[in-house]
Amino acid sequence: MGAQVFKPSANSIAHVTILGIAIVPLTVGLSLAALSRSPANTKVNVPKNQPVPFSHQHHSWELGIDCRYCHGSVEKSGYAGLPSTETCMSCHSQIWTNSPLLEPVRQSYETNTPIKWNLVNKVPDFVYFNHSIHVARGVNCNTCHGPVNDMHITWKGNPFQMAWCLECHRAPERHLTKDPTRPDLSPRQQVFDLYWKLQTYGKTGFKDDGTKALSERELQLLKGEWNGSDKPEDIKSGKELVKELGVQVQQLADCAVCHH
Amino acid sequence: MAQVKINDLLITGDQTYASIDNSVGRLVLDQKIHKKPWFIMFAIGILGTGLLGVSIAWLLFQGIGIWGNNVPSAWGFDIINFVWWIGIGHAGTLISAILLLLRQQWRNSINRFAEAMTIFAVMCAGLYPLLHTGRPWNAYWLFPYTNILAMWPQFRSPLMWDVFAVSTYFSVSAVFWFVGLIPDFATLRDKSTNRIGKVIFAILSMGWRGSNQHWHRYEQMYLLLAGLSTPLVLSVHSIVSFDFAVSIVPGWNVTVFPPYFVAGAVFAGFAMVITFALPIRKLYKLEHLITDRHMDWMAKILLATGLIVFYGYILEIFFSWYSGNFYEYKLLINTRFTGPYSWAYWMLIFCNGIVPQLFWIQKFRVNPVSLMIVCQAVSVGMWLERFVIIPMSLTNNYLPSSDKMYYPSFWDFAMFLGTMGLFIFLMFLFIRFLPIINIFEVKDLLFKMGGKREIVEEATPAEVK
Repeated sequence: MGAQVFKPSANSIAHVTILGIAIVPLTVGLSLAALSRSPANTKVNVPKNQPVPFSHQHHSWELGIDCRYCHGSVEKSGYAGLPSTETCMSCHSQIWTNSPLLEPVRQSYETNTPIKWNLVNKVPDFVYFNHSIHVARGVNCNTCHGPVNDMHITWKGNPFQMAWCLECHRAPERHLTKDPTRPDLSPRQQVFDLYWKLQTYGKTGFKDDGTKALSERELQLLKGEWNGSDKPEDIKSGKELVKELGVQVQQLADCAVCHH
Repeated sequence: MAQVKINDLLITGDQTYASIDNSVGRLVLDQKIHKKPWFIMFAIGILGTGLLGVSIAWLLFQGIGIWGNNVPSAWGFDIINFVWWIGIGHAGTLISAILLLLRQQWRNSINRFAEAMTIFAVMCAGLYPLLHTGRPWNAYWLFPYTNILAMWPQFRSPLMWDVFAVSTYFSVSAVFWFVGLIPDFATLRDKSTNRIGKVIFAILSMGWRGSNQHWHRYEQMYLLLAGLSTPLVLSVHSIVSFDFAVSIVPGWNVTVFPPYFVAGAVFAGFAMVITFALPIRKLYKLEHLITDRHMDWMAKILLATGLIVFYGYILEIFFSWYSGNFYEYKLLINTRFTGPYSWAYWMLIFCNGIVPQLFWIQKFRVNPVSLMIVCQAVSVGMWLERFVIIPMSLTNNYLPSSDKMYYPSFWDFAMFLGTMGLFIFLMFLFIRFLPIINIFEVKDLLFKMGGKREIVEEATPAEVK
């Protein structure tokens, strides 16, 4: 045996190294998993700056403008549609005509160049998302987009990651809803009827005589907190709704449904 | 049959512990010992690895359209070469695990580099399915991890079993190899005169002092790892065979596939071990540690596994007739015997069925030339076997639309040669920087042979130097 190459302290280094080999990859892996789900990556609840500080809270809740006034193709097309400058100017040629905040809108109108809004909600190119079918099956806007009617500067309400999409696509009976008080409305009409109710009864949802006008679920929907229900009665009615609407559950989570 | 006198010892010459330390250790400690042949082989390895790098880069740039894979034959060289390389790895695991549990002391001087070959062969093999996916950067999707896609691997698919079989195989083999190296690293640390070498080997030997406790722990650990590796010898290639056997393609859906694949793997593996052992023992004068006895026994294993494989070929023909399945019959009798690729089938029968029969004669089991010829034939034969299985079945099955030829492209060959280059490159790095023979196990063997040595030396004085 020759002289020792290392001092006895090398043993501690060796122990720590071995422990590190076991712990570090696990920690890094879990951290990455956590990071990819956090707002740092998903941008959920992070307001996005826009060329014009447009407030959904003001237009939708305070003024009560229907979603479809601006997002006109949401019922008929895959793309919900962003309003053209002309749509903005339909009001703003009359009111707030000198507001400095609206200068970019007037610029756009005069020079005939669209405003470059920053996209808040986007899915990758290989995902074919269609707004019209979701609206036609009564999926409320706020289910995916969060409490838009409370947003000053718009943020993303949900992560739009595949796992999140599949929560509903694998078990639509947990998520599909219907207003039992208005059986005369189609699911599509119910989506927008909820905002009408909101305007009529206010955020707390009471009628003048003190009775509740908005159900618990409707309040959750409006707050963007509706995340499905596991109550047996809800599942039962959800299943009936799935059947009634002809939702093909066995195909709904097929790859080709979204990745054509 | 004329009995040729062969060296009946596992260690020859007048060996002491020090002389064994020296004859193996000098390959690492005395770097000047590596002369022209090493540099030539290393250059070949480097060139091959470069070719591999270029073909992978071009593949990633262009996509797998540069390969010859087409629609009926979506599996081509990529899968053929994957199975071929995985098979080659099997000898190492068999030698290190099963022969250890069976207390076969003759494994001691060949296990180290057979294990190294296993690891390098699995590395070459692993590249193919990875690139075959077409999007290797998404390969982590194959593992069950916490993802944001809510997707989980399809555990009912044999391709998924493959991922686990091969990755387990690689990790267990690598750990087994490293654990076996620890006492030898300590020897090299003690013998090394060079400061850098001393420090590197000291780190690698993980504080090994050769104490009683160390040896006790080591023996336990090694035995446990051998127990863990033993099922792998059988499971890995069985699972690879499931990639085929679980499907309904004619010529694949056969129950004999798992044992026939495993035997074929050991067959190919031993051929590769002999292919490397012969030149290396000559080059570095290790004939006293890898003796003709080793060659003789390895050749016998080659013969035995070769016969099992040949039996598999016969069974395939029998099944196709006995099953009464028209498509099986059509494939075997029409396509394999007389079809456009029949040359490959008949060459396969010649290489794997006929040539190894030379090993019934003892003379051919120890003669380096005949050993080399047979082992090369077996390597070619085992490659052809996978060729016969894959494109031949895919280009001729149930529908006339499948009747289309498969032609490999330039890049198919480039990548195949490239992985061979990578293998040679890694092997020759290994020869230069790690002890290629298990020093302490050979010393152990020398101790156990103790008294017997002298008696046999007297019996064959011609062998004693």
